[in-house]
Amino acid sequence: MDPQIIFFIFTAFILAVFVGFELITKVPPTLHTPLMSGANAISGIVIVGALSQIPDASPSTANILGFAALILATVNVVGGFMVTDRMLKMFKKK
Amino acid sequence: MEILIKFIYLISAIFFIFGIKFLAKVKTARRGNRFAAFGMFLSVLATLIKMNFIEGSIGISTIIAGIVVGGFIGLIVSRTVKMTAMPELVAVFNGVGGGASVLVALSYVFSNQGQNFNLINSITVAFSVLIGVVTFSGSIIAFSKLKGLIKGEPILFTFSHFLNLVLLLGSVYFLYMGITGSLNGINDQAIQYFLIGGGIALVLGVLLVTPIGGADMPVVISLLNSYSGLAAAATGFVLGNLVLVVSGALVGASGIILTKIMCKAMNRSLTNVLFGGFGGPSEQESQEAGEYQGVKSTGAEEVAMMVDSADSIIIVPGYGLAVAQAQHAIRELVDELEKKGKKVQFAIHPVAGRMPGHMNVLLAEANIDYDKLKDLDQINSEFKNTDLVYVIGANDVVNPAAINDPKSPIFGMPILKVFEAATVINVKRSLSPGFANIKNPLFEQDNSLMFFEDAKKATEDIVKELREG
Repeated sequence: MDPQIIFFIFTAFILAVFVGFELITKVPPTLHTPLMSGANAISGIVIVGALSQIPDASPSTANILGFAALILATVNVVGGFMVTDRMLKMFKKK
Repeated sequence: MEILIKFIYLISAIFFIFGIKFLAKVKTARRGNRFAAFGMFLSVLATLIKMNFIEGSIGISTIIAGIVVGGFIGLIVSRTVKMTAMPELVAVFNGVGGGASVLVALSYVFSNQGQNFNLINSITVAFSVLIGVVTFSGSIIAFSKLKGLIKGEPILFTFSHFLNLVLLLGSVYFLYMGITGSLNGINDQAIQYFLIGGGIALVLGVLLVTPIGGADMPVVISLLNSYSGLAAAATGFVLGNLVLVVSGALVGASGIILTKIMCKAMNRSLTNVLFGGFGGPSEQESQEAGEYQGVKSTGAEEVAMMVDSADSIIIVPGYGLAVAQAQHAIRELVDELEKKGKKVQFAIHPVAGRMPGHMNVLLAEANIDYDKLKDLDQINSEFKNTDLVYVIGANDVVNPAAINDPKSPIFGMPILKVFEAATVINVKRSLSPGFANIKNPLFEQDNSLMFFEDAKKATEDIVKELREG
């Protein structure tokens, strides 16, 4: 990979960390558990990487690893967002 | 066309950012979660479009199979998991995320067999493997501890820090060999080096978490949460995929902030949590030993009478509430008390339970208004004007030694000042020390009474007495 590109990506990484710090400090303790499970679901973004590793249906090692990664990442995404929603549904004001 | 895909990725990242922003308020939190989910959907869609229409290579049957299987598991798990088991679930999901990141990085290595990596490529792969694997095995141990499959107490042995250092160096060495190997074309040997490096990191992850005690789990889970994000970001570097890097960074930052909050709530440094082996009988034995004297115990009938004559009541929940699944019983108690016109509030310590916000979720599940849940700063000034405090399954977070006894290992930890209230009822199964394994002088105070019972049973009995009385 081109060092220029990697530097560009690294810049985005650092900026995103700062955005994350800014956003998360504002989350009240009441919502810390849903925040964690929601963040968890977002880290399932690696699903995009898993998909890109399955360019064909051949049973190559790379594809099998990609397939395993895809299952795990999907569990993370689907399970993470759904359980977060289930929790947030319970936070009601009476 | 390629630029369009990049644009969709950017939109997804914006959805993630707004999603987290909305998660900061109870009112908008649900929408925030949906925003993030939509961002994820867009990313997946963009990737599939790119593979199918731009690159013209997509193993669609394999992909559908993977999504169906993973989606089904995720669906079932998210529907059936008990709210008391959220720490376990988050621990597992951290591990799953880390595992997925490693697998993607390894798959990338295999799919480039025979080709030359440049230095940046191979270093990012090594990073991705190291972080992902440690996250994976560390999370499995955290899960086993929470689930009680292995002992919650810290397991420390002589030389364990030394051993960890050796393992880390070993892992880095083999990953380094993998890096240099893959510069001259990825062959079986380079791959083997990466795998051995990963294998050693697997053991390292296990040994890093085993020494950490149960009460420190909020810190560990937050930290592993952060790692799972960093693992995704590292994999993003491997693939040169911006949306992975940005989202991973957001999650990494989130985990770090929570870790910091948890450490502060225990007045400990992260290093101390990770390497101190705190919460075990090993070091603090001498201070802990003191016998309890002049402890008064009570029962449901007496507590019901005291509650009846109190006007202001604060309930302090702890991990014992989760273990006993007492949240619904508590809700009935609150209903009964409010019917009698009493002011009821909850005081929630940041490290009550086994993960950040654990108590809040349980009480929300039992339909308790979140406005009644107060954190440390909000409520600490109110205890002295409170008639009765009902401490249910909490111990260390109400230990006055943190304020009065400079020799105490928890000295300096911010606590809930329940000892200032007129009367304190402690529901606890026995006088056994909490996870910090230190004596709690609160129990000996004149205004303090012990109710030796399971949290749920005790609360139900009090409700029964209140209804009959």
